[in-house]
Amino acid sequence: MGIYGLGIIGACMFAGCYLGNLLGAALGLNSDVGGVGFAMVFFILIQVYLAKTGKKLNPKTEGGIEFISALYIPVVVAMSMNQDVYSAVASGLVPIISGILAVIIPLLTIPLISKLAKD
Amino acid sequence: MTIFAKMASGYGLVGSFILTAVVTFLGYKIAELIGQKRMGSAFAILLALVVAYIGGVIAHKQLDAGVLTSASKGITDVVYAVGSGDSLKKYAIFGGIGILGGGMMRDFAIISTAWGIDPKNLVKAGLAGIVALALGLLFSFVIGVVVGLVFGYRDVYELATIGAGVQTFVVGPVTGAAFGVSSDVVALSIAAGAVKSIAAMIIAPLIAKKIKLDNPTAAMIFGGLIGSTSGTAGGLAAVDSKLVPYGAMVATFYTGLGCLLTPTVFTAALRLFIH
Repeated sequence: MGIYGLGIIGACMFAGCYLGNLLGAALGLNSDVGGVGFAMVFFILIQVYLAKTGKKLNPKTEGGIEFISALYIPVVVAMSMNQDVYSAVASGLVPIISGILAVIIPLLTIPLISKLAKD
Repeated sequence: MTIFAKMASGYGLVGSFILTAVVTFLGYKIAELIGQKRMGSAFAILLALVVAYIGGVIAHKQLDAGVLTSASKGITDVVYAVGSGDSLKKYAIFGGIGILGGGMMRDFAIISTAWGIDPKNLVKAGLAGIVALALGLLFSFVIGVVVGLVFGYRDVYELATIGAGVQTFVVGPVTGAAFGVSSDVVALSIAAGAVKSIAAMIIAPLIAKKIKLDNPTAAMIFGGLIGSTSGTAGGLAAVDSKLVPYGAMVATFYTGLGCLLTPTVFTAALRLFIH
């Protein structure tokens, strides 16, 4: 059933964020460090396990995963409607200039850092 | 109208599906009309940011009128209010946007995008991702400090707070609180983080070609350099949603590392230059 797919992602999310919070606490922070990343790692490990053992998820379970995956863009659109654009624009030049520069300048270094990736 | 408001707040999440569908549709339509079909999600996000701005304008009017007590979530804050005084009734007609577009669904959807990605790509770009994280934190901090200096801020802790805010709008308040910085500077730092997130969503699709942001490695570096979950998620979605999992994977460590390093190492280093 489709809900199994949602459940799998949810379980990865809880496991990953729990780990992220443990890591955060270990670093002396009251926050989640890398939880979503760990959750993605768990989720990828499940896929690696399935591929290695030659097992396949039920197509309906897969459908549940693909359903959430397909919701990604709408969630981002809703997330954008949820941003504090008004305060960002109204709060003067310091945030606007520094925020924009902090996107453009680092991004120009992408081709340079890309060279560090192994071929 | 009150019936509609009651319904819209009672069925909030469903209402958010309608509004999001309309905004997404219009975004894709605009992209199609100007012959940039591939930019559909970019226009949808841009349009959503405009909606958030309009929402913010209305919410701040409601804030001034005493209807609201806080306004920091774009369209989500806007309520439909009837009556006044003790009989004042407020309906959160856009409340569902706060759920669909909130952190929970965002992270849940991000994790789901890891379905079908090739782990080899992650390993290949691992080092580049880590370097990007460190550079991303440093770039943002330095840019924040320099811009702060240009605009006349001289206090080392205030400058550190602005730099931290440019990293993400979580690191700013954490750093500000650590040094007892005044709340107006903290507010400034939060705004700087918000501007960066929004700018990432708008600028990424514009310069994607120039910086070769079209492969998993570049996406991981993007995630490390931008760092804010929303900025990375929105920016990569606007370029190519296949790149999202790679960037998100790296970005998820950014805020935590920023909270760890900025009030300590970065601020200590800044004190060597500014007394």
